[in-house]
Amino acid sequence: MNMPVDEALNPSGSPTGLGHVAGDAVDISHGTILYLDDISVSFDGFKALNRLTLSVDVGELRCVIGPNGAGKTTMMDVITGSTRPDDGTAFFGQNIDLTRLTEPEIAHAGIGRKFQKPTVFENHTVFENLELAMKADKRVFASLRAQRTAAQLDRIVSTLETIDLLAQADLPAGLLSHGQKQWLEIGMLLMQEPQLLLLDEPVAGMTDEETAKTAQLLHSLAGQRSIVVVEHDMEFINEIAATVTVLHEGSVLAEGSMDVVQSDERVIEVYLGR
Amino acid sequence: MSMDARYTPQIEPFFSRNGWIALALLSLLAFVVVPSLFVFVPDTSAFHISAYTVTLVGKIICYCIVAVAMNLIWGYTGILSLGHGLFFALGGYAFGMYLMRQIGRDGQYQSDLPDFMVFLDWKEYPWQWFGTDHIVWALLLVVLVPGLLALVFGFFAFRSRIKGVYFSIITQAMTFAFMLLFFRNETGFGGNNGFTDFKRILGFPITEPPMRAALFALSAAALIGAVLLSRHLIRSKTGRILTAIRDSETRLMFSGYNPVQYKLFVWTLSAVMCGIAGALYVPQVGIINPGEMSPANSIEIAVWVAVGGRATILGPLLGASVVNGAKSFFTQSFPEYWLFFLGLLFILVTLFMPRGIVGLVNQLRGSHK
Repeated sequence: MNMPVDEALNPSGSPTGLGHVAGDAVDISHGTILYLDDISVSFDGFKALNRLTLSVDVGELRCVIGPNGAGKTTMMDVITGSTRPDDGTAFFGQNIDLTRLTEPEIAHAGIGRKFQKPTVFENHTVFENLELAMKADKRVFASLRAQRTAAQLDRIVSTLETIDLLAQADLPAGLLSHGQKQWLEIGMLLMQEPQLLLLDEPVAGMTDEETAKTAQLLHSLAGQRSIVVVEHDMEFINEIAATVTVLHEGSVLAEGSMDVVQSDERVIEVYLGR
Repeated sequence: MSMDARYTPQIEPFFSRNGWIALALLSLLAFVVVPSLFVFVPDTSAFHISAYTVTLVGKIICYCIVAVAMNLIWGYTGILSLGHGLFFALGGYAFGMYLMRQIGRDGQYQSDLPDFMVFLDWKEYPWQWFGTDHIVWALLLVVLVPGLLALVFGFFAFRSRIKGVYFSIITQAMTFAFMLLFFRNETGFGGNNGFTDFKRILGFPITEPPMRAALFALSAAALIGAVLLSRHLIRSKTGRILTAIRDSETRLMFSGYNPVQYKLFVWTLSAVMCGIAGALYVPQVGIINPGEMSPANSIEIAVWVAVGGRATILGPLLGASVVNGAKSFFTQSFPEYWLFFLGLLFILVTLFMPRGIVGLVNQLRGSHK
């Protein structure tokens, strides 16, 4: 399936059109899930991203670190369609041009995002939160007819077990603790069955025990899915032992294993040394 | 129904048992008791219900339908429309055109044309009146005109991601603009006098008790339909998506839903419900004019829902009834104070009863347990 990307995915070409299901599955035959090439974004003259180039392999667990204002969240915004780059290209696999799709289209294509501040549906129960996130035809007339199947119920319950919230299934999500909300949001991402997960500070506000469990969970997921984690918690990054990318002033400062990055002098100067 | 040993999903009942009983009793009242006491019991009897009462209650039932529609878009989806009076009025005007054609040659000037057209020295019906002598077309217009307007307006507003107070303000502007348009004689809908002096529906006299009773029962049926439909919708997956739009639209978008589709669906549905309510209202009160499109009217609709309790089944019904009951009393006893009272009511409810009457009752019940 090598249709021209813009025709296959967004014939209207309008960034905020009514939307539709993307036709093509993501093409990862070259072993790379995410390519960001020469991306620049500026807000009122401030360069949030400055010719950022980054690629993530299929099944990889990647950590992105950097001081405040380094452009980590802006990078996530570009990948998920909430910010359009001024310059550069962003591809999901070989075939999906992220700069042309809306947020729901990108989510549908297979990118899930967890926000820095846990964002769940507070008035819905934990169960309903997962059900809403579940991969399905999410257009309005399909939702009107939607009936939950036994297989779907099984998936929701399995995810409830994975994130350790089965006992809280009927509780409104707003009543969960901060750590539990983080887990619920990760569970919601899993229900979407994304190929790529973007996690913005997944262990912020978690106890040491919860942090260790989250590291375990991410490990079990890596391999099947590609994961990009933005984190400040160095211990956590050590624990998940991934390739680390250091951002500084909107571009990549260093990249490699934690040891390599930690001994890089420029990194020590701008970030670790403080 | 799917089962899983580890967990059984909760199923929220459609209505509580008391809810079903109340529905059955109200249906009996609306379809049997009130029409019988009004039509068959002579007006000398103490049990007779007057035409005034039937019309007043019928009118409030129409307002209740509007409140149910408003609750769908505001209470559940979190989009405050301050233009719902327009959709109500358009439904009323659409059916009003049929009512005007039914006057036939019984108008002041004994012409085939409505009096206001004779007065303007028009020789034939303008294009927008085409086919309105057929009740089926008129009824279609009742649904199509508000529905299409909502669809087009909503498409551009939601696509441009206009939200919150900005959306409320442009809906106010929309109803105001239409009011000015309908005030003009050239628009072809009777200018500031609108339509009145209706005589018949399907050839039957409109002011006779059987017709009044039929319109009353039809309004009640439409209200029950609106309540059942909105309850069905809210219990479905779509309902959970609508409340998710209200609570966290961003999360919903990143979960792969396009909120524009859902907003457009519920916004248009809500407008159509208002149009139907307007079409039932006009033959009962006997007049429709551009005053129905005034911005204050649309604000009043929001007050009903706020007073009764947003995002509840009973709230909009209670709110529309209580506020309009109070309005009937005030406009008869102290007409000059009604708007002050309305404003005061809105402030008090916002400050002290954010969940409306229903919320207050639930709170009192909870504190007694």
